[in-house]
Amino acid sequence: MEQLKQLSIFSENRPGRLTKITKGLTEEGVHILAINIASSDGFGVIRFIVDKCELAAQKLRQKGFTVSLNEVLAIELVDRPGGLFEVSELLSKKKINIENAYVLILGSRKKAFLIVDVNDIEKAKKLLKHENLRFFTAKKKGKSKTV
Amino acid sequence: MFRQKDIEMISRRALEELQMKRLKQTVRQAYKNIPFYKEYFSKLHIQPKDIASLKDIRKLPFTTREDLREYYPFGMLAVTKEQVVRLHTSSGTTGKPKAIFFTKKDVDRAAELIARCLIMTGVAKDDVLQNMMTYGLFTGALVMHYGAEKVGVLVIPAGPGNTKRQIALMQDFKTTTLHITPSYALYLASVMQNEGLDPQKNFTLRRAYLGSEPYSEETRKKIEKFFHIDVYNSYGLSEMNGPGVAFECREKNGMHLWEDNFIMEIIDPDTGETKPDGEKGELVLTTLYREAMPILRYRTSDITRILPGKCKCGRTHRRISRIIGRTDDMIIVRGVNIFPQQIERVLMGIKAVAQNYQIVLESYDQMTVRVEIVKELFDGKVDHLVNLRNEITEKIRSEILVRPKVELLEPGTLPVSEGKSIRVIDKRTL
Repeated sequence: MEQLKQLSIFSENRPGRLTKITKGLTEEGVHILAINIASSDGFGVIRFIVDKCELAAQKLRQKGFTVSLNEVLAIELVDRPGGLFEVSELLSKKKINIENAYVLILGSRKKAFLIVDVNDIEKAKKLLKHENLRFFTAKKKGKSKTV
Repeated sequence: MFRQKDIEMISRRALEELQMKRLKQTVRQAYKNIPFYKEYFSKLHIQPKDIASLKDIRKLPFTTREDLREYYPFGMLAVTKEQVVRLHTSSGTTGKPKAIFFTKKDVDRAAELIARCLIMTGVAKDDVLQNMMTYGLFTGALVMHYGAEKVGVLVIPAGPGNTKRQIALMQDFKTTTLHITPSYALYLASVMQNEGLDPQKNFTLRRAYLGSEPYSEETRKKIEKFFHIDVYNSYGLSEMNGPGVAFECREKNGMHLWEDNFIMEIIDPDTGETKPDGEKGELVLTTLYREAMPILRYRTSDITRILPGKCKCGRTHRRISRIIGRTDDMIIVRGVNIFPQQIERVLMGIKAVAQNYQIVLESYDQMTVRVEIVKELFDGKVDHLVNLRNEITEKIRSEILVRPKVELLEPGTLPVSEGKSIRVIDKRTL
């Protein structure tokens, strides 16, 4: 299972913050693959899956943003009814709790991945190691570059 | 370590005799030379001879900031203009400033008190003091400067601001001692941190004197820990010479107020009644050893208490606690009296909170506390932030008994202060 890291940025919940962050990413030629925003009364955490996450984190920190990087699971979803059901059923059977989740779609809907943020990534990886799941990997053909 | 051991260790009885002698002189001098006091005494039907014991001081009228403003510029002067050598002013946020004059002797006596304070905290001739207070009309820097020169230390008159140059001066001249405001010390710490400087490795700092703004014990500990130094609390006000009125000894447990130069009282700010030692109230000071401007029973607006009991250091001059607040920055929300320092104390005790905060008063029953989070402790989890906000809210509530709205901010959002910081934004008066 390849490591996939998620970029989280702390932000006050007001107009213009996302613009500033994405401008910073654009300037560095960082490609955003997925985004998720969680907010709670006044502040929010913006999460990205990007192609060059270490570089993105470094540049955003330099620009003064409050940034954190953590590993997440990226489980491939089969493009038919029941795709998400199967993955979630498996996670529940393994008692892996989802802290946060969103979808990453690659190559004009050719492939979709469920990005899953869990409490204990190492444990979750071990539990899913021998399951019939496909995970996101940068080596595959497609648009994604090194992650 | 003592500058004037006989005076610093004087018996209470001898101290009171000295105070009485000097109080009589001061009252006579004020009555004779300052029309404001003469009129005031006549109105109250008192004469200088009515002051026969230290307790009689309570017969005397209070002097307020408004009085000093009203008699600006020369109205409170007890000597001729030829005799004064220095002017300081204390700017009020409203109206006229207050003028404070010094004769040559006054300058020397103020410096002597500072010299006592410095030696009390272990300063010696080989120390280097970087004076980062504002030079100019404000007394903070100059009075310290003269006192430090008296001791014989090398003084760097850096003034505040230009933080990178400050750091270079500290490194080039091996500064050991800082005289600085608490908010600037915190800012300096953050700059050093960003520059990757290690206070222990890259500097030779031993101690800092923090004054001119009230701050909490938690802030002291934070600064001591970061710089690996001893932080001593310093108290003074321009009307009473400036710094050196009260200062901490190496016990760091309250500030010795130099009672041979001042008589202190703690009063109830509403009724004017004197309070016993140990009780909180407004500090009232009478100068005992000044030529140009004797001031009787000056209402400082500073809230503190006299610490009962003797200090381990052996000095007999009683101690006051750190300033708890000012009668004029007390805020009232939902009918509760709150000092911003109470909120600061809570915030500085929480690891994930950075040094900058702001209190915004939207209405008489709503208060918002805006705090910056510590960058390094952000882990991307919303529930951790929500928990942090709840923790801050709950801790403030249990301290001030009012539930604030807490906003978490990105580091660097709030204005950074290099001098006295503005922590309270009152939108209610707009």
